[in-house]
Amino acid sequence: MALTTPAPSRRRPRPGQWAAWAFLAPVSLYLLVFYAYPLYRNVELSLRNYTVRSFVRGDAPFAGFGNYLKVFADPTFGPALWHTVVFTVVSLVFQFTIGLALALFFTKNFPLSATLRALFLVPWLLPLIVSASTWSWLLNSESGVVNAALGVLGLGPVNWLTSPDWSLWSVTVANIWIGVPFNLVVLYSGLQAIPAAVYEAAALDGANGRQRFWRITFPLLRPVSAITLLLGLVYTLKVFDIIWIMTRGGPSGSSTTFATWSYRLGFGNLVPSFGPGAAVGNLLIVMALVFGLVYIRTLHRRAPS
Amino acid sequence: MRRVKTAIGLVLTAVMLFPVYWMVNVSFTRDADLRRDPPNWFPVHGTLEGYRAVLDQQLPYLATSLVVGLGTVVLTLVVAAPAAYSLARLRPKGGGMLGFLLLTAQMIPGIIMAMGFYAVFLSAGVLNTVPGLIVADSTLAVPFAVLMLAAFMSGLPEELLQAARVDGAGTVRTFRSIVLPLSRNALVTVSLFAFLWAWSDFVFASTLDQGGDHQPITLGIYHYIGHNNQEWNAIMATAVVASIPAAVLLVIAQRYVAAGVTAGAVKD
Repeated sequence: MALTTPAPSRRRPRPGQWAAWAFLAPVSLYLLVFYAYPLYRNVELSLRNYTVRSFVRGDAPFAGFGNYLKVFADPTFGPALWHTVVFTVVSLVFQFTIGLALALFFTKNFPLSATLRALFLVPWLLPLIVSASTWSWLLNSESGVVNAALGVLGLGPVNWLTSPDWSLWSVTVANIWIGVPFNLVVLYSGLQAIPAAVYEAAALDGANGRQRFWRITFPLLRPVSAITLLLGLVYTLKVFDIIWIMTRGGPSGSSTTFATWSYRLGFGNLVPSFGPGAAVGNLLIVMALVFGLVYIRTLHRRAPS
Repeated sequence: MRRVKTAIGLVLTAVMLFPVYWMVNVSFTRDADLRRDPPNWFPVHGTLEGYRAVLDQQLPYLATSLVVGLGTVVLTLVVAAPAAYSLARLRPKGGGMLGFLLLTAQMIPGIIMAMGFYAVFLSAGVLNTVPGLIVADSTLAVPFAVLMLAAFMSGLPEELLQAARVDGAGTVRTFRSIVLPLSRNALVTVSLFAFLWAWSDFVFASTLDQGGDHQPITLGIYHYIGHNNQEWNAIMATAVVASIPAAVLLVIAQRYVAAGVTAGAVKD
């Protein structure tokens, strides 16, 4: 973390630690009250049998891991896990590939390239509810432009959002669209950091475009790629808005992920089940940690070769 | 060759932004034409009915979002700026640990925070209130703000801060009179992002402000869709209006936006 620990200089005396921590006091307090405490309450929620009434009175009976067992045994668990994995992996693969292709394209400076690159940010900046409702209308079964275009090609209309076979793919496509700009911008800045001299040397040695990509760009871009994918992973696992707004996880659970399942348990029904909802949420954190660790390990194992 | 590249670039951008174009197109389309097959590629019989509906029904939502956004910016800056200064310049013991905590804090799924906040807010009696929503929304921006500002402040020229010290300025004075003015660009960027995130937030709004008297625009749109509303031109017109802050952000701070995205990724 370069930003927090600049090399200590011996020339001047260290300013008082009390001053440093006085400046940190607000953020420390903030983290305790608005991060740690809600998280603690969330864990507590998952370990007790909460109902609306006991929620208000605060006397919910302790349930141990009962909520977790309930969640594991729920018929939604298997499909939700599978959907979360598919949604995350497919989104990441396409976001990264398309983002990298676009980043490579934009490194060639051509007229308007800076402006067009900026315009590519629009999907990422739009409020998710805007993107999600726009995609809902694009993919509308009867009046959507996507089905109209398919009709021109002689293909039948597809029930993108209302058929269990398609709903997960539809929300995935929308999510890829939203994630491409992030990958583009980060990978582009990574490409900019590769010194031009390396390419010139390779060109002198007679390397062709393909060789230059696989032998220079790809290996040198690995650290940036790794961080892009890791962040993409964390961001994708927690995607909730898009799916909820487009399909509410349906029809009949066909696009339910852990995030939407947790929301539905806690807030989506008339009778909320906070305990299981919080349990699913905590499983999501565990999942992020596991995925992250596995990913970091594979990176480390591959690095020495 | 360069012209060909520009042409390809234009086509790619057009494909990418087609959904945005379609949103604008539909927002100007008459109800009668919404279900035409094939759909109109341009608003042939353009209408402002959708926008009239926005003016009639959505203004309170927009006002709430504005207040929530501005409140989030203030809260974020008040918490983040001193912390960033300390992390970047005062080298507190344990600062690295704090930086790491902030980095991981960003990765907690919103739905989990929402559920925790729901429990906390219910006990504290701030459920369905604007201040409650501001606090929750600020958690989207504070970690990013601290890390981004710290990165910027650690790049400030040491001579200036030293000169201030020689002139007898204390830590607080240096922060207020030297560091803050010099960090203006970074502060603007952070404020814009904080505003945009608060403005766009749906998770916290739909969980913590479901029954509130003052609801943000994201819930305005959500109710629109939820009530099985078929007036898609009104929905899309609201969506266009709700996108204005993003457009403003892109126009006035294009450079900083890209810098912000990258800082978000390559912070460590």
